[in-house]
Amino acid sequence: MKEGSAFIGRQSRAASFAARLPLAGKIGLALVIFWLLIALVGPLLAPYPIGSFVTDDVFDGASAKHWLGSDYLGRDVLSRLLSGARYTVGLALGAAILAVVTGTSLALFAAVSQGWVDEVLSRFMDTLISIPSKIFSLVMVAAFGSSLPLLLLIAAFTYVPGNYRIARSLAVNLNQMDYVQVARARGERRIYVAISEILPNMIHPLLADFGLRFMFVVLLLSGLSFLGLGVQPPNADLGSLVRENISGLPEGALAILVPAVAIATITVGANLLIDSLPGRGRPLPAER
Amino acid sequence: MASIVTNAPERRASGWTAALRLILVRIGYALLTLLLVSIVVFVISGLLPGDAAQEMLGQSATPAAVAALRHEYGLDLPAHVRYLSWIKGIFGGDAGHSIVANMPVSEIIADRLPNSLVLAGLTTAVAVPLALLIGILSAVKRGSKTDRALNVATLSMVAVPEFLVATLAVLIFAVHLRLLPSIAMVSKDATWGQFLRSYALPVMSLAMVVIAQMARMTRAAVIDQLNKPYVEMAALKGVRPRRIVLYHVLPNAVGPIANAIALSLSYLLGGAIIVETIFNYPGLASLMVNAVTSRDMALLQTCAMIFCGAYLLLVLIADVVAILANPRLRAQ
Repeated sequence: MKEGSAFIGRQSRAASFAARLPLAGKIGLALVIFWLLIALVGPLLAPYPIGSFVTDDVFDGASAKHWLGSDYLGRDVLSRLLSGARYTVGLALGAAILAVVTGTSLALFAAVSQGWVDEVLSRFMDTLISIPSKIFSLVMVAAFGSSLPLLLLIAAFTYVPGNYRIARSLAVNLNQMDYVQVARARGERRIYVAISEILPNMIHPLLADFGLRFMFVVLLLSGLSFLGLGVQPPNADLGSLVRENISGLPEGALAILVPAVAIATITVGANLLIDSLPGRGRPLPAER
Repeated sequence: MASIVTNAPERRASGWTAALRLILVRIGYALLTLLLVSIVVFVISGLLPGDAAQEMLGQSATPAAVAALRHEYGLDLPAHVRYLSWIKGIFGGDAGHSIVANMPVSEIIADRLPNSLVLAGLTTAVAVPLALLIGILSAVKRGSKTDRALNVATLSMVAVPEFLVATLAVLIFAVHLRLLPSIAMVSKDATWGQFLRSYALPVMSLAMVVIAQMARMTRAAVIDQLNKPYVEMAALKGVRPRRIVLYHVLPNAVGPIANAIALSLSYLLGGAIIVETIFNYPGLASLMVNAVTSRDMALLQTCAMIFCGAYLLLVLIADVVAILANPRLRAQ
């Protein structure tokens, strides 16, 4: 214990958490924080308006005026990247939160209800989990379309079953614990048992799972956008930026490399961070 | 371990019947799941009010014309009747009619499926040996510098989008070095050299993520065994490390490793969607993307069912290998 730990405040706790991470974890944390900040304030930093044509040279290299060059229509890549990051990170955060909240609520409900409720819900989730996630989302995009709210819902729905499975196995184990049995015996209601007794004890693995879902959604949505089935023009997330500049590939244009590398730094960062969280020794599930 | 298998013949016989029963149960379970999956796919893709008939004739079609076309394709029947005839068709080989291509779906699939199988087969042939090598090496040398470097490398690779791998590969090998073609053309009379050259980039892009995933899971499975007391025992009585790994650890890790291989290969199904599209490869996955863009539901449903079936088959194979490889599971 350090001397200062008597005054553990939120900040020093966060700082000591970061300090205890291994190097890879620190890099991951830095990348994640960087991209969250970009998503928050990025469009304010953009040197040019998003859709404006600022130069006659398409697929220009880096220059003092355009740090990351220009795209296939002569727009500023840096500006488009800063606003695209907001879509990628924002949609993924929203979808991951929705997926984890839904999956975990259903899992808690199943665990405290037991019996046929648990049986039916788990059967249903097992069915959904055996549809590969990209295939599942493609079917949903074909059926429902791909407006921004729909994309968020589709991505969330795709990853609910995975979260449900993990949350349920945690909750079922906790449900057998003595203190939960005691709470039941003294006549607490199911919802109290679920939220006050079980949920607080599964927060840590759930947070790791949340990070994982976030990473999966970033990959899924940018993949869909890359195929032209995700975020639709005039909006553009990072995947759309890769798609629209694909004609610059033969000349190795920055406009196609930058957004692709940006996506990779988000997901790799998230993955490095999750993997170095305390209590994680297992390989990640292959749901991607 | 409580349940140690004895070598008495009658025990072994009952072990094999038990294993057989277990395998049959798994097969039944997989079939049931496939049936449930088909219901989910059918319900989702049939949920929306707008249907193919409307789509085909456009906004200006008269209601009578739409109704007639609907009747022709059986779209006016109640949902459960349509589902039953659809599922019967899928399992019977007649998957309906692609409205956009105006061809039977089964013909289009028959054209594309072999291409996808070739791509998947080549990727597997490249990925499995490499991944096993990396996984086992880093497990044996766990904690070392090599292991830590491999860990960060594979951890990063599983999180990289496949279009980045593909674009980088094209940029390096096709644009700068001019070694390989950037479009995977498969002509029937290609020589072996041409064949391999045209497949190099797609296979490389697909294999990267698969190798990383598979190596990580293999490493975990082998380390799991290396930590068991019997390994310590073998080391104490002086068995050499190579022999411990090859003769003691690996036979015990076959089940988990088969599981790792199957699960990582199932990733091929999703990864192929991006890679086939980038390289313009005429496979099943790019066909499915086209079906989504043109909202060709009959084609989409069939592609989705083939992918789900392939996934379930992989998981089933992993289960069966695990049962056959583990005497304790057999004896249960």
